[in-house]
Amino acid sequence: MTDTPVLSVRDLVVEIPTRHGVLRPVDTVSYDIHAGEILGVVGESGAGKSMAGNAVIGLLDRPARIVSGEVLLSGQPIHNLKGDAIRRLRGKKMGMIFQDPLTSLNPLLTVGDQLTETILEHLSVGQTEARKRAIAALEEVGIPAAAQRINSYPHEFSGGMRQRVVIALALCAEPDLVIADEPTTALDVSIQAQIVALLKRLCRDRGVAVMLVTHDMGVIAEAADRVAVMYAGRLAELGPVREVLTNAHHPYTAGLMASTPLASQGRKRLRQIPGSMPRLGALPSGCAFHPRCEFAQEKCRAEPGPTLDRCDGRAACWFPLTDERKVSA
Amino acid sequence: MNALISVRDLTRVFDVSKPWLNRVIERLPKALLTAVSEVSFDVPENSVYALVGESGSGKSTIGKIMVGLVPPSAGSVEIEGVDLATETDAKKVEAVRDDIQMIFQDPFASLNPRWRVDDIIEEPVAAKGGKTNGLAEKLLEQVGLSAADAGKYPHEFSGGQRQRICIARALASEPRIIVCDEPTSALDVSVQSQVLNLMSDLREDLGLTYLFISHDLTVVQHMADVIGVLYLGRLVEEAPRDRLFNAPKHPYTQMLFDAAPRMDAFGREIDPPKGEIPDAINPPPGCAFHPRCPLATERCKIERPEMRGIGTTRVACHHAE
Repeated sequence: MTDTPVLSVRDLVVEIPTRHGVLRPVDTVSYDIHAGEILGVVGESGAGKSMAGNAVIGLLDRPARIVSGEVLLSGQPIHNLKGDAIRRLRGKKMGMIFQDPLTSLNPLLTVGDQLTETILEHLSVGQTEARKRAIAALEEVGIPAAAQRINSYPHEFSGGMRQRVVIALALCAEPDLVIADEPTTALDVSIQAQIVALLKRLCRDRGVAVMLVTHDMGVIAEAADRVAVMYAGRLAELGPVREVLTNAHHPYTAGLMASTPLASQGRKRLRQIPGSMPRLGALPSGCAFHPRCEFAQEKCRAEPGPTLDRCDGRAACWFPLTDERKVSA
Repeated sequence: MNALISVRDLTRVFDVSKPWLNRVIERLPKALLTAVSEVSFDVPENSVYALVGESGSGKSTIGKIMVGLVPPSAGSVEIEGVDLATETDAKKVEAVRDDIQMIFQDPFASLNPRWRVDDIIEEPVAAKGGKTNGLAEKLLEQVGLSAADAGKYPHEFSGGQRQRICIARALASEPRIIVCDEPTSALDVSVQSQVLNLMSDLREDLGLTYLFISHDLTVVQHMADVIGVLYLGRLVEEAPRDRLFNAPKHPYTQMLFDAAPRMDAFGREIDPPKGEIPDAINPPPGCAFHPRCPLATERCKIERPEMRGIGTTRVACHHAE
């Protein structure tokens, strides 16, 4: 691991001005990803996990915008880049894998055309070399008979194969960072296992830094090195995956883990987190989780939301769960 | 034991051919997709029967046939001894229809946005001219919402609350059977656990029978008494829950279990399953799973395995033991 992280996000704040006031889908979020590391970002819908990924890669849809904080790619600030400057980085330095492989490929171009276009744009190689690299990229992601399949259109591939093409597309310009936004959510279990194994192998072999955004705790447990749990736009907990999942410090993480049906639990009643994620327009005061938290105290309601660095560094909670105060699940 | 639902040799074929003119010009044969093929199982009263399988395995089609949304091509579904597809006695059909309801996957698509919640919930009763006084309010409280929500519209609710409304609607005609087609797939985990707990409570309080369709093995393991595993329209294995999860017999079931992400498997390195679900229009001969199966032999390529019993498990595999 080098000293400079591939991606470093510092106090990132994204705001969306609306008629009903300013919303903050990403609020003071900080994390690093090093080369060869997979950072899992989990959270429920509306937690801001996709928005955090899009903000990094400069794909925020207006009127959403970064209002403060920094995004550093290998030490260079990229959050203030505009237009062509960020476009040159996107694809070259950062690859993106989206949830739905069918909508992220152009249905009118062959897979080969899309791959060579990306390679020609970002690498200084000729047409023949680009095509050779495109075939190599398809082979690397495990598409059989790549030399023939390169002339196929996206609709001629199955869902799992399409997602492989998208991964090849994200990796063909040899980026340092890949942001995978729910890459396996649209896929079947057996295909999901193939894609997760592929992502892990590519990350290890190439030393790419991967930000894996998903709502599936199982995928995180298997793939990620560290995990960031998001709630209502903020980081709730950040730490090594094994520790966070088995010994959660934030009551939200603990509740999330307890409400997932586990093989070992049998038929016991599932623990519930009462209520649901608050809407961004109506965030509760103080810690955004306090109305659903069984440990909430006066401080949680009164003081502005806790952040990682003001608490114990792992969980953004004034009263992190210690062993004595574990949830009695 | 007398089964409440009895499915026999259920088959459904869809015609997915191109329009006839294209077929004539391009000299294409008719394309027939066999979504469900010779599936048989029984569901006893007050139990949860789960159907699991990947996309294209035919699990949703079976659910739709069961409630009568799609007619079967062959075979039968008997509910309380009545076959909805062939029964001619209108009274019997009506009685069964009242007894079976359905909950769909997407609570955003299955509630009419222009109807108020009380109208939505009362519709199964109102459509038959039944009395609906206070029914919506009672049901809303039963599913954990407040009676005051009756006058609201669906857009005012979150996904989990909407799924509760769907459950309330399904309960309105006091059914005995509820077909749940991926009831929690569109929900977040913390909300999913609320809905699953609610469904377990209702089953105990009202003596309901569920046909639970899902692709999520952890949810199925939590909910089901008996589980049927489908592959390409065929039932490949059926067993009581603990037996299926402790000793899966069919190589496909084993593959599914190995592939499912596990929360206790940190950094697990697995050899992911090979290949994909084959084309249902031209399924492989013999056992449909043989191209992906580690145990496949010559026999599997030629002869389709029949369902046979091993203890309480029923499995369709030449090599299972």
